[in-house]
Amino acid sequence: MKKISLLIAAVILSSNVVAKEWKSIRIGVEGAYPPFSQTEADGSITGFDIDIANALCAEMKAKCTLVKQDWDGIIPALMARKFDAIIATMDITAERQKKVAFTDKYQHIPARFVALKDTGYEATDEFMKGKNIGVQRATSMDLYISDNYPSAKIKRYGSADEAYLDLKASRLDYVMADSAAITGGLLEKEGGDKFEFVGPQLNDPKWFGEGAGIAIRKKDKDLAAQFNAALKEIRANGVYKEIQDKYFSFDVYGG
Amino acid sequence: MDFSIIINEYQFYLEGLWTTTWLVALSLILGLCIAIPAGILRSSENKLIRFPIWAFMYFFRGSPLLVQLFIIYYGAAQFDWLRESWMWHYFQEAWFCALLAFTLNTGAYTAEIVRGVISTMPQGELEAAKAYGMSKWQTLRRITLPNSLRRALPAYSNEVIFMIHGSAIAGIVTIVDITGAARVVNARYYAPFEAYLAAAVLYMCLTFSAIYIFKQWEKHYRIEQ
Amino acid sequence: MQELLNYQSLLLQGAWLTLQVALLSLVLAITLGLLGALAKISPSRLLRSIATLYTTIIRGIPDLILMLLIFFGGQMLINNVCYSINESLNEYFTQQDASHEWYAYLPDYIDISPYIAGIVTIGFIFGAYMAETFRGAILSVEKGQIEAAKAYGMSKYKIFFRVTFPQMMRHALPGIGNNWLVLLKTTALVSIIGLQDMVKIAGDASGSTQQPFTFYLAVAFIFLFFTAISSALLKRLEDKYSIQTR
Repeated sequence: MKKISLLIAAVILSSNVVAKEWKSIRIGVEGAYPPFSQTEADGSITGFDIDIANALCAEMKAKCTLVKQDWDGIIPALMARKFDAIIATMDITAERQKKVAFTDKYQHIPARFVALKDTGYEATDEFMKGKNIGVQRATSMDLYISDNYPSAKIKRYGSADEAYLDLKASRLDYVMADSAAITGGLLEKEGGDKFEFVGPQLNDPKWFGEGAGIAIRKKDKDLAAQFNAALKEIRANGVYKEIQDKYFSFDVYGG
Repeated sequence: MDFSIIINEYQFYLEGLWTTTWLVALSLILGLCIAIPAGILRSSENKLIRFPIWAFMYFFRGSPLLVQLFIIYYGAAQFDWLRESWMWHYFQEAWFCALLAFTLNTGAYTAEIVRGVISTMPQGELEAAKAYGMSKWQTLRRITLPNSLRRALPAYSNEVIFMIHGSAIAGIVTIVDITGAARVVNARYYAPFEAYLAAAVLYMCLTFSAIYIFKQWEKHYRIEQ
Repeated sequence: MQELLNYQSLLLQGAWLTLQVALLSLVLAITLGLLGALAKISPSRLLRSIATLYTTIIRGIPDLILMLLIFFGGQMLINNVCYSINESLNEYFTQQDASHEWYAYLPDYIDISPYIAGIVTIGFIFGAYMAETFRGAILSVEKGQIEAAKAYGMSKYKIFFRVTFPQMMRHALPGIGNNWLVLLKTTALVSIIGLQDMVKIAGDASGSTQQPFTFYLAVAFIFLFFTAISSALLKRLEDKYSIQTR
């Protein structure tokens, strides 16, 4: 009985865990959000997020394994310990912070609507009434549209690519995603010249947070500290800029 | 475990329950409209009638419902002529694609049930009908059909349950049915266990209601006999 | 058509994966089905109610929902339980001895791959249907034969394996065949939890070639091919066994 109560006490008092240094880290990535993360024909994963992940691991001298996971299940998978961190252009939002913790931001890109040219756009629920808007499920954009355009017909997809397919098939009037993802995943691809951005760049912190960070389990504060230190270092030594220039012609870190 | 999110988002689940119910019910009714003529004509003596019906039934019974839905939903967009015709008005709606796939699928399975009971029709009853001087049409309407439907009920109740289960894939093509609702709730709260468990309970209610209704129906026929 | 040929080897790989998942689930389903059937006719009330609960739950919940529950929810449950046990053990030993180093007594995480989740779910689902099939088959073995075997002085064990089991399999064969045909088609669902089966490969291919109709139709025909072969094999098996009964 005494042993059991000791065990129970141990579980309750688990706050004084000694910080451990992470030497091998499993990182969850999406692999379906070009140019941040995409799967090549041979099965390898490339993109901005991937390069950042590798740079951070090199900086921390840690052995990293990339684990591909559909966006839908990426936070549950983190909590289920399928991997230890998520580097997948995930906005630091209050909603997510209820479940997971974040490092400092590593990029900040505004969200935007895209539509067939000459579609027109007004930022009112009245205008959007009955319009088909496509968005990736479980994103900050999903919440933004649900809150601001309740009268629109919101269609939620597993990946941004699926939404682009239905936009091309004219099942959708608008798609909302990160502006750089729309450029890389739709506008610059074959048949993308028929589409254009509509409306302003959106980055209201109420929905989109302060940018995208690396998500980790709330308990692993030591891992967050390790990532933050490495992030500062690659920002300072020019590695970050090198990666950025490989994919974008503008500053993705934001002010 | 935190089931308060289910209570918070109950309107999603209600919407999903309603969508699943009408989608399945409508598919079953339309499917039956296909199945009865198809099942009867399946044993037609004319090859030109028999073969296309055989092919239809073989295709829809031999491949997965999920693939059939994808062929209709994603596949339809491949054809420019379809996208430029009036039909695109329907094909662009996910619910229409799901309804079409479900209807054809259950139509094919039900046609097989219909064919089965017709081919095992007690010959004595047919001969008796002939002796009474009934016409072919009268025999079909008065003897063959009611007798067959009665014997088909147990198999058909299984088909209805399979349809309720099968309809769960509608959530994959953006439809907010019960599965779709669970996916939205899971995506918002990152709580897969709670979200899908709630869906499971709703599906169980639907299935067991269907089973109950069919049991009553079967009983009703037994007393009549 | 050309695009289809380009993806030929990938599609065939996917088809092979589909077949693997289907066959392994079938083995699991038959095992669970036999256990379920024995439990259903056993004199123990507990066993009977467990078996009834099992078949009732499976009959009530769609395969897709069960698969999502096991794949997402199951993984979370297992890993979090393992982790908390690890953590409390470590805490306990640290309190006993300050120099104790963190050690994973249970595996720190168990990866339920889509492959395993698919096989387990499909096997679990069809185990319930198999249990019904086997129960019916066991009950249809003539009582007289069992009594005759008893009269010969056969042991309970011998009676089951020499008399009941072979006869039961004969009665169960059509049911097993039907279940197999349904099971084969159910494997298409594993694409939803991310397994690279042929449905998923067709999806990826149609994304990059813009020809979804061609690819999904091809997959449908591969399934038709599988079902046609299975039906032919089953027919031969049934013929063979029915001759022996005469």
